[in-house]
Amino acid sequence: MKKTLFDKVWDAHVVKEIKDGPQILYIDKHLIHEVTSPQAFAELEQRGIPIFRPDQIVATADHNTPTENQHLPVKDALSRNQLAQLTTNCKKNNITLYGLGHKYNGIVHVMAPELGITQPGMTMVCGDSHTSTHGAFGTIAFGIGTSQVAQVFASQSLLLQKPKSLRVNVNGTLKAGVLPKDVILYVISKLGTNSGTGYFCEYAGNVFEEMSMEGRMTVCNMSIEMGARGGMIAPDQTTFDYIQGRKFAPKGDEFEKKVAYWKTLPTDQDATFDKEYNFDASDIEPMITFGTNPGMGIKISDHIPVKDNPTFEKSLDYMNFKKGQSLINHPINYVFIGSCTNSRIEDFRVAANYVKGKKKADNVTAWFVPGSQQVAEQIIEEGLKDVFEEAGFKLRQPGCSACLAMNDDKIPEGEYCVSTSNRNFEGRQGRGSRTILASPLMAAATAIEGKIIDFTKQMN
Amino acid sequence: MDSFKKLTSSAVPLEIKNVDTDQIIPARFLKATTREGFGENLFRDWRFDLDGNRIEDFVLNNETYKGKILVAGNNFGCGSSREHAAWAIHDYGFKVVISSFFADIFKGNALNNGVLPVQVSPEYLQELFHEIEKDPNTQIEVNLEAEKITILSTGAQSGFEINTYKKTCLINGYDDIDFLISNKAEIEKFEISRV
Repeated sequence: MKKTLFDKVWDAHVVKEIKDGPQILYIDKHLIHEVTSPQAFAELEQRGIPIFRPDQIVATADHNTPTENQHLPVKDALSRNQLAQLTTNCKKNNITLYGLGHKYNGIVHVMAPELGITQPGMTMVCGDSHTSTHGAFGTIAFGIGTSQVAQVFASQSLLLQKPKSLRVNVNGTLKAGVLPKDVILYVISKLGTNSGTGYFCEYAGNVFEEMSMEGRMTVCNMSIEMGARGGMIAPDQTTFDYIQGRKFAPKGDEFEKKVAYWKTLPTDQDATFDKEYNFDASDIEPMITFGTNPGMGIKISDHIPVKDNPTFEKSLDYMNFKKGQSLINHPINYVFIGSCTNSRIEDFRVAANYVKGKKKADNVTAWFVPGSQQVAEQIIEEGLKDVFEEAGFKLRQPGCSACLAMNDDKIPEGEYCVSTSNRNFEGRQGRGSRTILASPLMAAATAIEGKIIDFTKQMN
Repeated sequence: MDSFKKLTSSAVPLEIKNVDTDQIIPARFLKATTREGFGENLFRDWRFDLDGNRIEDFVLNNETYKGKILVAGNNFGCGSSREHAAWAIHDYGFKVVISSFFADIFKGNALNNGVLPVQVSPEYLQELFHEIEKDPNTQIEVNLEAEKITILSTGAQSGFEINTYKKTCLINGYDDIDFLISNKAEIEKFEISRV
């Protein structure tokens, strides 16, 4: 039988099938962070169950961490306690932790790929819905709840029903100024926030084939925003080149052996999917969202659609936007470049390229938050930090930051933030805050202008 | 985990689509390290304004509506994987959530905490909202063993699906950990076979 990329990886991890029930799926790598793990550790301890495979778990601190003065004790007592518990739990159970201040610390979905922990053909989980990011490597990676974190602690396995398959094909040539973030925001705006529920998605077509690993991670990251537990892209030379030489990547002959296996993973020619969608790359423009879910996106040149339904209207009320309105020239006081969606080196290169020689608008507070210590270092090495500082921007220290505002990086009530993150839910970036999702290029342009502009006009 | 077989209760109607887990429990309440106490912050920012005053027209603040069943709009529980959302719903006192569609991760989290997600057709969901609006004391019977839900005043009935394994777990109050550990020998065999 012809198999998809997803089938091949899934089938290679099935320990056992339960009659009329789920399958036991083996998990290769388990990533943990401070927010969704403490209750799982506590549960195992209460029940006297040991951690089954501590060497297959990697921990980082990211959700709660401050993005300034990381060398000082964390001010917020609850955050400090949660971070301390992670440290204690990891020490007690022999789990590797890249905690605050460690040179490998960073957002879990940024640091694991850059260390070569994420590899094609693996199964990976984390108590975080954006675990789908790792699918960029041809990995089955998905978010789990804390009860499941405890299950993986106890057995390195999960009980799961095999999801259905979905393929999104985007072919053609992308216009200038259209970034991977625009591609995925466009797809979600077309398909809606629950089109992928119950499915695992594969992204295919020349647009994804030509994308960098950073771009592929941005795309796969947002799979969950259309409801799909995960998204995958077939591993290819771009993937192998990215992995080679990274800290935990296989070395020498072992690497060659792995590559030979990884090359067998792409979807077979005539394999079929339960659902399939095709999009034309040339139809995509820089995207922005206007509502309170990631599916409520429009092209920068478009107007907010006119729809009569209470949920839609509630959303526009919250955002203080009107049906039929264009967002061009809308004043913006906050800009956030960061999050597991867009905080990799490529994102900062794009932003630096735009802001070079320009000045930040006076009304704008901009938070540029690298995804990891390694990204932060690379920003300095490549001279991007100087570019940002000359333009009036200050870099912060790595963490999830204003994406979910668990630390002090909160957007004030009523304010708009053009954000490179993944969710524009009510209050996501701080109570009463209004999030407009966009690419790092759109965010950089907004930070310079102090308002939303169609920067493609500057390109022509 | 609590076991669940059958429940008859009035319900609280939340006629909003795409309710995400950030609304169910905002991120600032995720700093706790135990599972308890999340109920008081369930739908926090819809229940209370910035000064901590009750927002009277939000349904959870409306004394007319009570019960152990939450009836919600399509695509309930989308967004973040935070199990805190299921804990908050459970801690508040809901045993069942009814919707026409649930996000995957939330559904799994609910089942792992003895909260039954009941998926019904959009038409039946409308019927539920309609009957509750007519009479807030409308009694709804949720029978897990029979996989049936009934509006007792009208007799309108609908089936719902749940996988056999999860159904057994819920009826008996078992969780997945015990089951997985009982398969440890096979998991170890699997590990050796891959080397």
